[in-house]
Amino acid sequence: MKKLINDPANVIADALHGLALAHPELRVDHENRIVVRGDAPVQGKVGLVSGGGSGHEPLHAGFVGRGMLDAACAGEVFTSPVPDQMVAATKAVDGGAGVLHIVKNYTGDVMNFELAAEMVAAESGTEVASVIIDDDVAVQDSLYTAGRRGVGATVLVEKIAGAAAEEGRSLGEVADVARKVNAYARSMGLALTSCTVPAAGKPTFDLPDDQMEVGIGIHGEPGRRRVPVAPANEIAEMLVSPILSDLDFTGGDGVIAFVNGMGATPLIELYIMYNEVSQLLAKAGIPVARSLVGPYITSLDMAGCSVTLLKADDEILRLWDAPVNTPALRRGV
Amino acid sequence: MDTDDLGAWIREFARLVAQNKEKLTDLDSAIGDGDHGANMDRGMTAVVAALDAEPPDSPSALFKKVGMTLISKVGGASGPLYGTAFLRMAASADTTVDTAGFAKVLRAGLDGVVARGKAELGDKTMVDALAPAVDALDAAVAAGASQKEALRAAADAAGQGREATIPLVARKGRASYLGERSAGHADPGATSTTLLLIAAATALGDED
Repeated sequence: MKKLINDPANVIADALHGLALAHPELRVDHENRIVVRGDAPVQGKVGLVSGGGSGHEPLHAGFVGRGMLDAACAGEVFTSPVPDQMVAATKAVDGGAGVLHIVKNYTGDVMNFELAAEMVAAESGTEVASVIIDDDVAVQDSLYTAGRRGVGATVLVEKIAGAAAEEGRSLGEVADVARKVNAYARSMGLALTSCTVPAAGKPTFDLPDDQMEVGIGIHGEPGRRRVPVAPANEIAEMLVSPILSDLDFTGGDGVIAFVNGMGATPLIELYIMYNEVSQLLAKAGIPVARSLVGPYITSLDMAGCSVTLLKADDEILRLWDAPVNTPALRRGV
Repeated sequence: MDTDDLGAWIREFARLVAQNKEKLTDLDSAIGDGDHGANMDRGMTAVVAALDAEPPDSPSALFKKVGMTLISKVGGASGPLYGTAFLRMAASADTTVDTAGFAKVLRAGLDGVVARGKAELGDKTMVDALAPAVDALDAAVAAGASQKEALRAAADAAGQGREATIPLVARKGRASYLGERSAGHADPGATSTTLLLIAAATALGDED
């Protein structure tokens, strides 16, 4: 294992110290491992709290700031944070208009956020609503699985719901916007290599040099199938076609197309992928209204990418275009 | 059983978790994310430290402290599941607990796990060990068995339930993403739950 770390046991703590120094506009509570907007709580605004296992940076802490999240909770690598962290974050961002928990659909995350909401309800008057993100078409959504995983759509939900909260909308309205984005978004990912969890010291799974894993999750979970390495145009087809067959993307105001890097893939390759994805969408008669290309929800040092498509409407596009000022996403400010 | 007896049960569970840490992690590496042993050991080590620091004065206070500590320290799915189980046990425990009372407490814990995790029997989860154990305990109490016999029956039922998870395809948790590939491995949660019942038979099974 070659990594820029000190003690593997201190990876989260060391990274949070660096984040705090690099972004003095944020408040980092090192004891609770939460990152909070410097001006929180913003009076009269719905607070947005997310969080999850670490290793997906910039998600979630990199999206804390005006127009996006009010706080993020950092768990151990690939392990859900505990309710105490979520309760502390909820209290820190409660500006009197309620708090929305944005939760990726993993068993641990869902249960810990559920407990946190119960604890908040038991000890304070803060109103909490939750939205579960489950956009990964690689997982069959059935009674026989834990349901689809939350992946790329999480970034889009945090941006769009964040903008809705910034407009001063109510908790119910912000939650509805978040649910709409989740309902209209679908994702599919692919790995060229495994990732290495610092505490484990070795790759999570073996993937031969000439093979890639299609339908990968963001924790090195297995995908749908393993296939020989292929050119970018064929890879784009493998990612886009299951998305298009899962939801009808025609007939709206086009899509927000998001090509995400898994951590170790260079931007030049992501633009090659974006070119291929765009051509496939054009062929399918689906206009691209907005785009996002870059590593925004990663899986440590995994090489690969994911594609997320969000069916857009006027409201979604207006909120997408609204100003945002966070470490990892900044525009219009 | 008084608070000290029940505390001895919890400490015995912590000891068994530490002893079986690698085994739990290996099982979880096969079908999950490989952290069950480390997470449970971290949680139970914190539980023992919390009990040492401030010994609880009732079974209810004991279970509450165990539950709150696990929720705060474990994370993942097992923290909320075990934590909720112990909080429900705290709510249903009387000041002293006989064998029937212990069965009632354990049933409340099972109900908590089911409410939190929404798993059913056969989903390849800790419910597959806990539910048969609680049933066996109830049956033993109804048949007039001694405390020792009843707790042994519960531990045996948990162990059989755990064994029965091996051929199952997981329907809950991260293992469910594997589909058919999850068959052929015992469930890590059912395995740690079996340790909880073995700990009860060991620590509380002296009295006839």
